Amino acid sequence: MFVGAARIGKAMRYELRCRECNKSWGNVPKSICEDCFSPLEVFYDYDSIRADFTREKIAQGPPNIWRYSALLPLPDHYQPTLPVGFTPLIKANGLASSIGAKKLYIKNDAVCLPTLSFKDRVVAVALANAKSFGFDTVSCSSTGNLANATAAQAARNGFKCWIFIPADLEPAKILGTQVFGAKLVRISGSYDQVNRLCSQIADEHLWGFVNVNLRPYYAEGSKTFGYEIAEQLGWRLPDNVVCPMAGGSLITKIKKAFQELIDLGVVEPKHVKFFGAQATGCSPISTAVKLGNADIDPQKPNTIARSLAIGNPADGHYAIKTITGSGGWSEDVSDPDIVDSIQLLAETEGIFTETAGGVTLGCARKLYKSDRILPDETTVLCITGNGLKTTDVLVDEYEQEQPIAPKLAEFERLLGEFELPVAVGA
Amino acid sequence: MTITVQIPSALRRHTGGAAKVNCSAANLNELFTDLGTKFPDLTAHLRDENGQIRRFLNVYVNEEDIRFLGGAGYTFKDGDEVLLVPSIAGGI
Repeated sequence: MFVGAARIGKAMRYELRCRECNKSWGNVPKSICEDCFSPLEVFYDYDSIRADFTREKIAQGPPNIWRYSALLPLPDHYQPTLPVGFTPLIKANGLASSIGAKKLYIKNDAVCLPTLSFKDRVVAVALANAKSFGFDTVSCSSTGNLANATAAQAARNGFKCWIFIPADLEPAKILGTQVFGAKLVRISGSYDQVNRLCSQIADEHLWGFVNVNLRPYYAEGSKTFGYEIAEQLGWRLPDNVVCPMAGGSLITKIKKAFQELIDLGVVEPKHVKFFGAQATGCSPISTAVKLGNADIDPQKPNTIARSLAIGNPADGHYAIKTITGSGGWSEDVSDPDIVDSIQLLAETEGIFTETAGGVTLGCARKLYKSDRILPDETTVLCITGNGLKTTDVLVDEYEQEQPIAPKLAEFERLLGEFELPVAVGA
Repeated sequence: MTITVQIPSALRRHTGGAAKVNCSAANLNELFTDLGTKFPDLTAHLRDENGQIRRFLNVYVNEEDIRFLGGAGYTFKDGDEVLLVPSIAGGI
């Protein structure tokens, strides 16, 4: 076990180091520095990667996240088993005109494969490492999307799978985990309590917990979201990124991705502002940003945006640094505003996002309104999950249509109720 | 008053392998001092250079985050069970 994660010695391409005390830990299934308890991060030998990470070489790769394999922590000779990622980046002109924006883009991971959220990216990288570390069982604590992604990819890759969730998750996310044959454990408690329990279980059982002991590798998968944004903008960086935040990891990894592209000469250097989005009912990071605090005070979540309902975000400190260090800002929105923004995105762009996407758009609308984001700036909204998984928040929004008989006259009568009469010959 | 502290595996090399330690303390500061007296190597892992509790170390009392109970101001009760857990998370 624990051999072969990457070449060791002179040819090592990457390794884990402590983000705070910088101690090297090699490549092991471990997420915490045992000296100072700080998180471990994947560090790369960029000089050994430079020649393999050029626009030309990337263009020759497959149309999915594996085109960026040179900058992912993958075992040597790893053969991907699923085409994950490379989701559309669309210019959102209809949405832009309705919220006072001009150069607005949607990065749409509502259609990420195989389970319709950006979590497919991180799980793909985590399971590549789970296999090389020798685990036969993979697991996670989840607010739903991670559960779906882990269960599906475990099935595809022949792992046994245990998933831990808060008992009150959306039905679609529960069913979308069970269907893959995973063993589901419902916990009577919040995600933070599930998470705490999982850290205790991971301490006792030799399982590959994608977001505990495999977390440094897993989190690197998020960088592909950033690489794709840059590549799909024609190898340019945007002016602004608006990103939903739960644990706070994604926003830091998009920044890391952009910085790597700059350092390796793949894009021109550019200062990008990062804007974080949270639900008001669970806003420890945005509260800290607004108060000018470097650390978060934990909260007890109470929001319909359950995929963002993490009251004690592990990467909160780094998310705050990413936002404030870039000159960005963080906003939060109410539950009714989340629903309204889900509907607005659907009606203007044909994209059906989950509650987290409603949070992102809701916050973006506030940021435009307060001039923190200006209309002419190139701005990317990160849509990370699919609305089909959180339909429960919309059920009271629409009246159920009355059925009509299958007769043309019935339809004409119905149409008449919707159309104003037009005078003949007018 | 006796408090039980569960030691995560990462720190058990400093407690002679003990997973549970009984301590006597009125509050968190006293608890960490008592742990440091029992296991001198442990202190540097619990507190930073300035003596502050390490940023990424979470403390739970009877499975509740101590920050919801008043943090350093919380007064332990006899039989309290304390968990030391590193920050970890999923989510976005």
